[in-house]
Amino acid sequence: MLRLVYFAWVRERIGVEGETLAIDAPMRASAIVPQLIARSDGHAAALADLSRLRLAVNEDMAGWDTLLAPGDELAIFPPMTGG
Amino acid sequence: MFDVRVSPAAFDLAAEHARLAAVGPAVGAIVSFTGQVRDHRLMLEHWPGVAERRIGQLVNDARGRWPLLGAIVVHRFGTLDVGDPIVLVLTASSHRAAAFDAASFLMDGLKTGAPFWKRSADGWVEETAADDAAAARWRQAPSAGHDGVRRSG
Repeated sequence: MLRLVYFAWVRERIGVEGETLAIDAPMRASAIVPQLIARSDGHAAALADLSRLRLAVNEDMAGWDTLLAPGDELAIFPPMTGG
Repeated sequence: MFDVRVSPAAFDLAAEHARLAAVGPAVGAIVSFTGQVRDHRLMLEHWPGVAERRIGQLVNDARGRWPLLGAIVVHRFGTLDVGDPIVLVLTASSHRAAAFDAASFLMDGLKTGAPFWKRSADGWVEETAADDAAAARWRQAPSAGHDGVRRSG
Protein backbone atom coordinates (compact mmCIF):
# COMPACT_ATOMS: atom_id res chain seq x y z
CA MET A 1 0.00 0.00 0.00
CA LEU A 2 1.16 3.49 -0.89
CA ARG A 3 -0.12 6.51 1.00
CA LEU A 4 -0.80 9.55 -1.17
CA VAL A 5 -1.04 13.12 0.16
CA TYR A 6 -2.08 16.16 -1.87
CA PHE A 7 -1.70 19.90 -1.35
CA ALA A 8 -2.98 23.17 -2.84
CA TRP A 9 -4.60 22.88 -6.29
CA VAL A 10 -3.66 19.21 -6.56
CA ARG A 11 -5.82 18.55 -3.48
CA GLU A 12 -8.58 20.79 -4.82
CA ARG A 13 -8.72 19.11 -8.22
CA ILE A 14 -8.58 15.58 -6.84
CA GLY A 15 -11.06 16.46 -4.12
CA VAL A 16 -9.42 14.65 -1.20
CA GLU A 17 -6.46 15.39 1.07
CA GLY A 18 -5.12 11.89 0.70
CA GLU A 19 -5.84 8.33 -0.37
CA THR A 20 -4.11 5.00 -0.83
CA LEU A 21 -2.93 2.97 -3.80
CA ALA A 22 -2.18 -0.73 -3.69
CA ILE A 23 1.30 -1.65 -4.87
CA ASP A 24 2.99 -4.92 -4.01
CA ALA A 25 6.44 -4.25 -5.44
CA PRO A 26 8.69 -1.20 -5.82
CA MET A 27 7.79 1.01 -8.77
CA ARG A 28 8.76 4.43 -10.03
CA ALA A 29 6.57 7.38 -9.08
CA SER A 30 5.87 8.07 -12.76
CA ALA A 31 4.54 4.51 -13.18
CA ILE A 32 1.61 5.04 -10.81
CA VAL A 33 0.31 8.09 -12.70
CA PRO A 34 -1.85 6.13 -15.20
CA GLN A 35 -3.61 4.32 -12.34
CA LEU A 36 -4.29 7.61 -10.57
CA ILE A 37 -5.51 9.36 -13.71
CA ALA A 38 -8.00 6.52 -14.24
CA ARG A 39 -9.61 7.21 -10.86
CA SER A 40 -11.48 10.43 -11.79
CA ASP A 41 -11.59 13.46 -14.04
CA GLY A 42 -10.21 15.43 -11.11
CA HIS A 43 -7.19 13.15 -10.89
CA ALA A 44 -6.67 13.52 -14.63
CA ALA A 45 -6.85 17.32 -14.35
CA ALA A 46 -4.44 17.43 -11.43
CA LEU A 47 -1.92 15.12 -13.09
CA ALA A 48 -2.22 16.41 -16.67
CA ASP A 49 1.22 18.05 -16.68
CA LEU A 50 3.79 16.34 -14.46
CA SER A 51 6.30 19.12 -15.09
CA ARG A 52 4.01 21.42 -13.07
CA LEU A 53 4.12 19.13 -10.03
CA ARG A 54 6.57 18.50 -7.22
CA LEU A 55 6.93 15.35 -5.12
CA ALA A 56 8.06 14.32 -1.70
CA VAL A 57 8.63 10.70 -0.72
CA ASN A 58 8.43 10.14 3.02
CA GLU A 59 8.56 13.93 3.45
CA ASP A 60 11.75 14.46 1.42
CA MET A 61 11.74 16.10 -1.99
CA ALA A 62 11.96 13.58 -4.82
CA GLY A 63 11.59 13.23 -8.59
CA TRP A 64 9.25 11.22 -10.80
CA ASP A 65 11.95 8.57 -11.30
CA THR A 66 12.08 7.82 -7.56
CA LEU A 67 11.39 4.20 -6.66
CA LEU A 68 8.40 3.81 -4.35
CA ALA A 69 8.07 0.84 -2.02
CA PRO A 70 4.96 -0.46 -0.24
CA GLY A 71 4.48 1.62 2.92
CA ASP A 72 5.94 4.79 1.44
CA GLU A 73 4.14 8.11 1.57
CA LEU A 74 4.08 10.08 -1.68
CA ALA A 75 3.08 13.75 -1.50
CA ILE A 76 2.14 15.55 -4.73
CA PHE A 77 1.87 19.33 -4.86
CA PRO A 78 2.50 22.41 -7.02
CA PRO A 79 5.76 24.37 -6.77
CA MET A 80 6.00 25.89 -3.31
CA THR A 81 5.31 29.59 -2.84
CA GLY A 82 6.30 30.52 0.69
CA GLY A 83 7.91 33.60 2.11
CA MET B 1 19.40 30.64 20.18
CA PHE B 2 17.84 29.13 17.10
CA ASP B 3 14.07 28.98 16.78
CA VAL B 4 11.60 28.09 14.02
CA ARG B 5 7.85 28.60 14.34
CA VAL B 6 4.96 28.08 11.93
CA SER B 7 1.78 29.61 13.26
CA PRO B 8 -1.37 31.52 12.25
CA ALA B 9 -0.60 34.10 14.94
CA ALA B 10 0.99 37.50 14.34
CA PHE B 11 4.55 37.97 15.55
CA ASP B 12 6.28 40.70 17.54
CA LEU B 13 9.44 41.89 15.82
CA ALA B 14 10.70 43.82 18.86
CA ALA B 15 10.25 40.84 21.15
CA GLU B 16 12.01 38.45 18.76
CA HIS B 17 14.83 40.95 18.23
CA ALA B 18 15.29 41.25 21.99
CA ARG B 19 15.69 37.47 22.28
CA LEU B 20 18.61 37.55 19.82
CA ALA B 21 20.10 40.71 21.37
CA ALA B 22 20.26 38.83 24.68
CA VAL B 23 22.16 35.85 23.25
CA GLY B 24 25.50 37.15 24.51
CA PRO B 25 28.29 39.71 24.26
CA ALA B 26 29.61 38.28 20.97
CA VAL B 27 26.49 39.44 19.11
CA GLY B 28 27.45 42.51 17.10
CA ALA B 29 24.93 42.38 14.26
CA ILE B 30 21.26 41.48 14.05
CA VAL B 31 19.49 41.55 10.68
CA SER B 32 15.72 41.35 10.43
CA PHE B 33 13.49 40.81 7.42
CA THR B 34 9.71 41.09 7.55
CA GLY B 35 7.60 40.03 4.61
CA GLN B 36 4.06 41.36 4.42
CA VAL B 37 1.06 40.64 2.24
CA ARG B 38 1.03 42.82 -0.86
CA ASP B 39 -1.80 43.81 -3.22
CA HIS B 40 -4.27 41.00 -2.42
CA ARG B 41 -5.56 39.13 0.61
CA LEU B 42 -3.95 35.70 0.77
CA MET B 43 -4.77 32.27 2.10
CA LEU B 44 -1.64 30.30 2.97
CA GLU B 45 -1.75 26.54 3.04
CA HIS B 46 1.14 24.61 4.58
CA TRP B 47 2.23 21.06 5.30
CA PRO B 48 2.13 20.79 9.10
CA GLY B 49 5.26 19.35 10.63
CA VAL B 50 7.14 19.19 7.36
CA ALA B 51 7.16 22.99 6.98
CA GLU B 52 8.81 23.36 10.41
CA ARG B 53 11.31 20.62 9.64
CA ARG B 54 12.22 22.03 6.25
CA ILE B 55 12.79 25.52 7.69
CA GLY B 56 14.90 23.92 10.41
CA GLN B 57 17.02 22.31 7.68
CA LEU B 58 17.45 25.72 6.02
CA VAL B 59 18.59 27.19 9.35
CA ASN B 60 21.05 24.33 9.78
CA ASP B 61 22.35 24.91 6.25
CA ALA B 62 22.81 28.60 7.10
CA ARG B 63 24.71 27.70 10.27
CA GLY B 64 27.03 25.55 8.19
CA ARG B 65 27.82 28.46 5.89
CA TRP B 66 28.03 31.45 8.23
CA PRO B 67 29.14 31.95 11.85
CA LEU B 68 25.67 32.61 13.23
CA LEU B 69 25.05 33.14 16.91
CA GLY B 70 21.31 32.94 16.57
CA ALA B 71 18.42 32.85 14.11
CA ILE B 72 14.65 33.08 14.37
CA VAL B 73 12.25 32.23 11.56
CA VAL B 74 8.49 32.68 11.96
CA HIS B 75 6.16 31.83 9.08
CA ARG B 76 2.40 32.36 9.28
CA PHE B 77 -0.38 30.45 7.60
CA GLY B 78 -4.11 30.91 7.23
CA THR B 79 -5.94 33.95 5.86
CA LEU B 80 -3.93 37.18 5.83
CA ASP B 81 -4.98 40.66 4.72
CA VAL B 82 -3.00 43.19 2.72
CA GLY B 83 -0.34 44.66 4.99
CA ASP B 84 -0.36 41.75 7.41
CA PRO B 85 3.09 40.42 8.32
CA ILE B 86 3.57 36.96 6.84
CA VAL B 87 7.19 35.95 7.48
CA LEU B 88 9.94 37.04 9.85
CA VAL B 89 13.63 36.17 9.54
CA LEU B 90 16.17 37.33 12.12
CA THR B 91 19.85 36.45 12.12
CA ALA B 92 22.52 37.33 14.65
CA SER B 93 26.26 37.21 14.22
CA SER B 94 29.36 39.02 15.39
CA HIS B 95 29.63 40.93 12.12
CA ARG B 96 27.11 42.20 9.62
CA ALA B 97 28.12 40.30 6.48
CA ALA B 98 27.22 36.90 7.91
CA ALA B 99 23.93 38.19 9.32
CA PHE B 100 22.92 39.88 6.04
CA ASP B 101 23.88 36.93 3.87
CA ALA B 102 22.30 34.31 6.11
CA ALA B 103 19.03 36.26 6.26
CA SER B 104 19.00 36.54 2.47
CA PHE B 105 19.79 32.82 2.11
CA LEU B 106 16.98 31.88 4.49
CA MET B 107 14.41 34.05 2.71
CA ASP B 108 15.42 32.72 -0.71
CA GLY B 109 15.05 29.19 0.65
CA LEU B 110 11.64 29.91 2.17
CA LYS B 111 10.25 31.24 -1.12
CA THR B 112 10.72 28.01 -3.07
CA GLY B 113 11.94 25.34 -0.64
CA ALA B 114 9.42 25.21 2.21
CA PRO B 115 5.97 23.63 1.79
CA PHE B 116 3.71 26.69 1.73
CA TRP B 117 1.23 27.55 -1.01
CA LYS B 118 -0.44 30.94 -1.45
CA ARG B 119 -3.91 31.46 -2.88
CA SER B 120 -5.54 34.79 -3.65
CA ALA B 121 -9.04 35.58 -4.93
CA ASP B 122 -7.56 35.15 -8.42
CA GLY B 123 -6.39 31.60 -7.71
CA TRP B 124 -3.24 29.84 -6.61
CA VAL B 125 -0.13 31.98 -6.79
CA GLU B 126 2.42 30.59 -9.22
CA GLU B 127 6.11 30.33 -8.52
CA THR B 128 8.27 32.98 -10.16
CA ALA B 129 11.44 32.59 -12.20
CA ALA B 130 12.99 35.35 -10.08
CA ASP B 131 12.43 33.34 -6.90
CA ASP B 132 13.84 30.20 -8.51
CA ALA B 133 16.91 32.15 -9.65
CA ALA B 134 17.37 33.69 -6.20
CA ALA B 135 17.38 30.23 -4.58
CA ALA B 136 19.66 28.80 -7.29
CA ARG B 137 22.41 31.37 -6.77
CA TRP B 138 23.11 29.90 -3.31
CA ARG B 139 23.55 26.45 -4.84
CA GLN B 140 26.14 27.80 -7.27
CA ALA B 141 28.18 29.72 -4.70
CA PRO B 142 29.33 27.65 -1.71
CA SER B 143 29.42 30.84 0.31
CA ALA B 144 28.56 34.37 -0.76
CA GLY B 145 30.18 35.92 2.29
CA HIS B 146 31.51 39.40 1.62
CA ASP B 147 34.87 38.53 3.11
CA GLY B 148 35.26 35.52 0.84
CA VAL B 149 36.04 33.29 3.80
CA ARG B 150 34.20 30.01 4.15
CA ARG B 151 33.51 29.05 7.71
CA SER B 152 31.75 26.22 9.41
CA GLY B 153 29.88 25.85 12.68
